[in-house]
Amino acid sequence: MQDLAWNISLWLMLLLAAAFIYVVLKSGEKADAAEVQSGAGKIRAALFWIILIAGVPVTMVTLTDLPYAAQSDSAAQIVKAEGSQFNWDITPTTIVAGKPVEFHVTAIDATHGFAVYDDSMTLLTQTQAMPEYTNILKYTFAKAGTYKILCLEYCGSGHHVMSEEITVIAGGK
Amino acid sequence: MENSIKNVISKGAKQSVLGYLATAGAVLLLLMVFGLAMRTAQAGGMDIPAEIFYQLMTAHGIGMVGIAGMCGAAIMWYFLGQYVKLSTPIFLLNMVLFLVGVVMILGAIFIGGFAGAWTFLYPLPANSAGAWADISAVVHLSGVLIIGVGFLLFHLDTGWGILKQYGSLGKALGWPQLFGNSTADAPPPTVVASTMVLIVNVLGLVSGASILVISMVNILVPEFSIDPLLGKNMIFFFGHVFINATIYMGVIAVYEILPRYTGRPWKSTRPFLFAWTCSTLFVVIVYPHHLLMDINMPTWMAVMGQIISYLSGLPVLVVTAFGALAYVHRSGMNWGMPASLLFLAVFGWAAGVIPAIVDGTIVVNLVLHNTQWVPGHFHTYLLLGVVPMAMGFMYFITDNDGSGIDRAAFWAFVVGGFGFIFTFLWAGKEGVPRRFAEHQSEWMSVDSMGAIFAALTILGVAIFAIRFLTQLGQTAKS
Repeated sequence: MQDLAWNISLWLMLLLAAAFIYVVLKSGEKADAAEVQSGAGKIRAALFWIILIAGVPVTMVTLTDLPYAAQSDSAAQIVKAEGSQFNWDITPTTIVAGKPVEFHVTAIDATHGFAVYDDSMTLLTQTQAMPEYTNILKYTFAKAGTYKILCLEYCGSGHHVMSEEITVIAGGK
Repeated sequence: MENSIKNVISKGAKQSVLGYLATAGAVLLLLMVFGLAMRTAQAGGMDIPAEIFYQLMTAHGIGMVGIAGMCGAAIMWYFLGQYVKLSTPIFLLNMVLFLVGVVMILGAIFIGGFAGAWTFLYPLPANSAGAWADISAVVHLSGVLIIGVGFLLFHLDTGWGILKQYGSLGKALGWPQLFGNSTADAPPPTVVASTMVLIVNVLGLVSGASILVISMVNILVPEFSIDPLLGKNMIFFFGHVFINATIYMGVIAVYEILPRYTGRPWKSTRPFLFAWTCSTLFVVIVYPHHLLMDINMPTWMAVMGQIISYLSGLPVLVVTAFGALAYVHRSGMNWGMPASLLFLAVFGWAAGVIPAIVDGTIVVNLVLHNTQWVPGHFHTYLLLGVVPMAMGFMYFITDNDGSGIDRAAFWAFVVGGFGFIFTFLWAGKEGVPRRFAEHQSEWMSVDSMGAIFAALTILGVAIFAIRFLTQLGQTAKS
C-alpha cells in the first residue's frame, strides 16, 4: 500500500510539474488573452469531469473494506493493549498466525498511537489509543515472527522509547 | 462599479504591513533553524536531549502556524483594504497580541519546559509525566489563546468592513452572480477569498479558544474533564481550519500580483465563485480526515472525511492552479521575483494537495498516519506554498523584481524545498514515525539528506529575508 501511495503521489506531482513547466516555457509568447482563456475553459471543463468521474470508482473501491470493526468477533484472538507514558501493557504477547486478531486498545493518561510493524519495520496497521475509549483493531498476521509495537501519537518526552514486541507463532503449534 | 473601488493604502497602513512581514521573516528563519536542528539530530549529526528536541518541535510547530497566519493576514489586509475600509489600530493590535503571545509561548517552552506539541492534544498538557509544571502549560495555552483573540478581532474587523461594503456575506461571496440572475460585476477575488476566510476562521478560532480554556481549567482543576475524543475533534477542527486559512489568505497575493505581470486581470468568474463557495463548506467539514485512525469516531464522519478530502482538491487544482496556468500561458510574462515566487507557490499548494488526498484515503491512512508522510505533505503546501506567497509579497511590496543573487536564492529554495519534502514523503513510505526525537540507524541516511536539503532551503529564505530588510532600509532612507 505504501509503495502504491508513493507511486501515485510521485507521478501525479510530476504530471502537474510538467504542466507548470510547459506553461513557463510558453510564457514568453504573447497571445490574445480571450483566445487563451477560451481554450483553457474547455480544457478545464474536461479536466473537472475527468477527475470527478475517475474519483467515483476510486472512492467506491477504497471504501468497500474499511478497517473499522463494527462488532467484536467471537472467533478472534483478543489482545488487550493499554498505553501509558511511556510503555505498552499488552496481554497476551504471543498470538497465532493465520487467525484473526482483535487488538482492544486503550490508554490511561494521554492519547497514544498503537502501530504494528513487522521485522523489516514496515508499518502494517494502527489505531489511536485514547483514555476512556477502547478501539478495536482487526488484523490477521500472515506469517510467524517478532512484531514491534511503536507509539505513533506524540505523548510526551518518552514518546520515541514507547516500544514493545509481540510474537506471532505459526498456526497449529 | 463597486468592485472597481480601490482605496489608497496610507503610509501608516503600509508600514504596519511591513512590520508584520519583518517580524514574520525574522521568526520564520529562527524556526527553520529549529527545524534543521531537529532533522540533523534525527540524522545523528547532533546530540539534542529528547526533552529539548520536543521543546524545539513545539516551538517550531506553533511558531510556524502563527507566522503563516501573520503572513496571510498581512497579505489579506493589504489588498482587502483597497476594496473595503479596515482599521489600522485593530491590525496593529493583532500584531501586539501576537508578540505578547509569542513571548508567553517561548517562556513556557524554553523556561518552563512545556513540550506538548502545537496540537496540545487534550489531556496531554495536564499529563506531562513530570516534564513540565502545570503553570508552564497554562502560560503556553494562554499565549496561544491571546494570539487567537488577536486573529478573531482581526477577522471581525474584516467582516465589519466587508458587510458595510457589500451588505451580506452571501453578496461578498458572489452568490447573486453565482446562484441568481445578477448581471452586476461579482466582488473581486480578494473580497471573495477574504469572506471565505472570515467565515471559516471565526468558526475555527471559537472552537480553538474553547478547547484552550477547557484545557486550562482541566490543568488547574483536574476534577473537571471532558470527553477526550470531543477535545480532539475541537483541536483538529481549529487546527485544520486555521492552517488552511493561511493558504487561502496567502493566495490573495497570487490573485492581485500575478496579473500585474501577465497583464490579464484575475476575474471572479462563475467557476471561481463556485470553487470558493465549495471551499468554504469543504474546509469546515473535512477535518475528520485527521481522525481516521480513531475507530470510535462515527464511520460516516470518516467516510465524509475521505470524500470531502477528494472533493477539496478540485477547487485548488481545477480553479486556482489551472487558473494560474491559463493566465500565464502565452502572456508574454515578465518573470520578476514576485511573479516567480507566486507561480511557484501555486504549484507548491497544488502539488501538496496530491499526497494529502492520498493520505486522506482511509485504507492508506492506516499505514501512513503519523508517519513522516504527514509533514511531507503539509510542508509541500506550507513551505512551498505559503512561504513563497509571503516572499513574493515581500518582493512586490518593496518593488524589487530581483537580481542575480535573488535568482540564485530562488533556485536554492526550489531545489532545497523539493528535496526536503521528498525525503519526508520517502521516509513516510518507509514507515518512519513523525515526532521521534531519536531515529533508528536505518532511517538516518534519508534524515541526513533531509537535513542537507533543509539547509539549502534556509539559505534561500535567508537571502529573501535579507533582501527584504535591505530594501526596507533603502526605502526608509529615500
